[in-house]
Amino acid sequence: MTAKLLEVRDLRKHFPIKGGLLNRQTATVRAVDGVSFHVDTGETLGVVGESGCGKSTTARLVMHLIEHDEGNIAFDGKTVGSQHMPLKELRRQMQMVFQDSFASLNPRLTIEESIAFGPQVHGVPAAEARTRARDLLAKVGLNPAQFIRRYPHELSGGQRQRVNIARALALQPKLVILDESVSALDKSVQAQVLNLLADLKTEFGLTYLFISHDLNVVQYMSDRVMVMYLGRIAEVGPVATLYNESAHPYTRALLSAMPSLDPDCRTAAPPLTGDPPNPINPPSGCRFRTRCPYAEAVCEHKEPPLALVSTGHLAACHIANPASGHSKVGMVLLKAA
Amino acid sequence: MSTASAATVATQPDTPLVRVSDLTVRFVNHDASVHAVNGVSFDLQRGEVLGILGESGSGKSVTLKTLMRLLPARKTRLGGAINVAGQDVMALDARGLTAYRGSVVSMIFQEPMLAFDPVFTIGYQIAEAVVQHEGVSRAAGMQRALEMLERVQIPSARRRLDAYPHEMSGGMRQRAMIALALACKPQLLLADEPTTALDATVQIQILLLLRELQKEFGMAVIFVTHDVGVAVEVSDRVAVMYAGRFIETGTVRDIIRNPRHPYSQGLLAANVLPGMTDRAAGAARERIEAIPGSPPNMSKVPEGCAFAPRCKYAEERCGMAFPPAAAVSASHQVHCIRG
Repeated sequence: MTAKLLEVRDLRKHFPIKGGLLNRQTATVRAVDGVSFHVDTGETLGVVGESGCGKSTTARLVMHLIEHDEGNIAFDGKTVGSQHMPLKELRRQMQMVFQDSFASLNPRLTIEESIAFGPQVHGVPAAEARTRARDLLAKVGLNPAQFIRRYPHELSGGQRQRVNIARALALQPKLVILDESVSALDKSVQAQVLNLLADLKTEFGLTYLFISHDLNVVQYMSDRVMVMYLGRIAEVGPVATLYNESAHPYTRALLSAMPSLDPDCRTAAPPLTGDPPNPINPPSGCRFRTRCPYAEAVCEHKEPPLALVSTGHLAACHIANPASGHSKVGMVLLKAA
Repeated sequence: MSTASAATVATQPDTPLVRVSDLTVRFVNHDASVHAVNGVSFDLQRGEVLGILGESGSGKSVTLKTLMRLLPARKTRLGGAINVAGQDVMALDARGLTAYRGSVVSMIFQEPMLAFDPVFTIGYQIAEAVVQHEGVSRAAGMQRALEMLERVQIPSARRRLDAYPHEMSGGMRQRAMIALALACKPQLLLADEPTTALDATVQIQILLLLRELQKEFGMAVIFVTHDVGVAVEVSDRVAVMYAGRFIETGTVRDIIRNPRHPYSQGLLAANVLPGMTDRAAGAARERIEAIPGSPPNMSKVPEGCAFAPRCKYAEERCGMAFPPAAAVSASHQVHCIRG
């Protein structure tokens, strides 16, 4: 019943770092290093990870804002860039909302012009595009009569992000990529926008790729969740499975690192020490091994494949893979108290 | 060099370390003014950790910077009184402030890269603070810098003394800034969202480190944050701030378990999302109880309760005067007509 709306295979993007006397390439940032996943029609796939894990680069690659080095991206079963799915058509069906609501809007265009711009580029008559802009403004909870003639600087952050959402929906896309779209908002405003996103999803039958570093928000929004670490997928699975029965020590650590909301049960010890390593020179084998409490020799030599743990639940850890030779194979990772 | 007045107060443990009464801060410009803080009063005991919880524009950072007297004098109008360790902070002159900052009160910021000078090594900058305040030799200062870097758990601390700020990762820089702030053993540490820019796994390390150092040094801390979880992890008492006023204060338990102000209730509801109670896959999402509207414009002092326009319980009298503190319990006060 569920069709794969977006399928990504072996996506890779390395950024060269140039320097030195002759400006030669001195190093490579392995931002996204072999990532495969899919998003089903109508679902929300949450993506979590710390800075430098490649979650935003993945979003930009999917959106073709930057070109990938290797790999294959298929939208609605058609390879992107082929004659069946040219870039212009992809951009109509896939839209993105960014974190910085101000930088995302042209300061010289009124709100109405900004929202109507995309449809006009795609051949919608100007009058119809403007009508659509007004309808969408009402849908995102902004009174059209009051807002159409305003400029971005006259709006609050929450209002601007609503405008960005309206603009993304103006092309009637199937997939919306939300890259930290609510992260910059205050908590009380963030809650309003999350409710709005949930309503719009039902009303327009949207599919979301929801990127955030906030595990609470991702849990609330997503059907499935993907955890990334240093340019690779650590674990992916249904939201309840991933949060309750995580199979990767990194997922477990991320969950334990969330501040406790219970004053009688404060966090006693940090789950991990140190900072995430630099993606310029990621560790050999399993990239998490330098911070993993269960790391062994096998983790250094062999990179764990993303292997099936249970239905729809995959983890890239030797502990979850019976054939790996890790001494703690099959160990159940316990939730922190 | 610790000031004489600070020493006399240290012998009287009953007086609070910090006493702020009716603090107002207004930023003035040629054509507009912003009423950032509108009457904040509180006491802070020695060794106590106060968390100030609020959203952007609520005046929490401004309150903190005023305690340090960091705001530009020409564009700021201050009112009320601040007393820290027996010193009238409002009356300090430039020399007094130099002695006050660093030795009595110290501050850590959200962005350590901006707190350090990029052209000097970490060790040099920490040593400089020690030399300035305690009048010791540079070698002794360097020795203290090394001790402090070890104390904040920076690996291979001796090597890091010679590191420049840009050579360290975000978490390490934050640790180094804490080392710098605590180098002269201040009695009060002001923390302005020091973990907001950090990754989740690093944030919890820094929070626990701060909690540990607070106990060890016995200092009082005022910790400003917008994150309820962070406030719970570090605070003894919490003050919820809205539109430049403390609208509810109490112990962490009071505020988390029994929030009385509609704004505090809304803020907590927005943090504890319904998904956290194990939503089965595919099950319908409960809606988040979101506070409608957005924070008020601060170009005028809000009349009455500033939250009234967003409050579902608002009555006519809410708009008339800011409600006085109603005691919920001995430790718990709320500024709401509903009590």
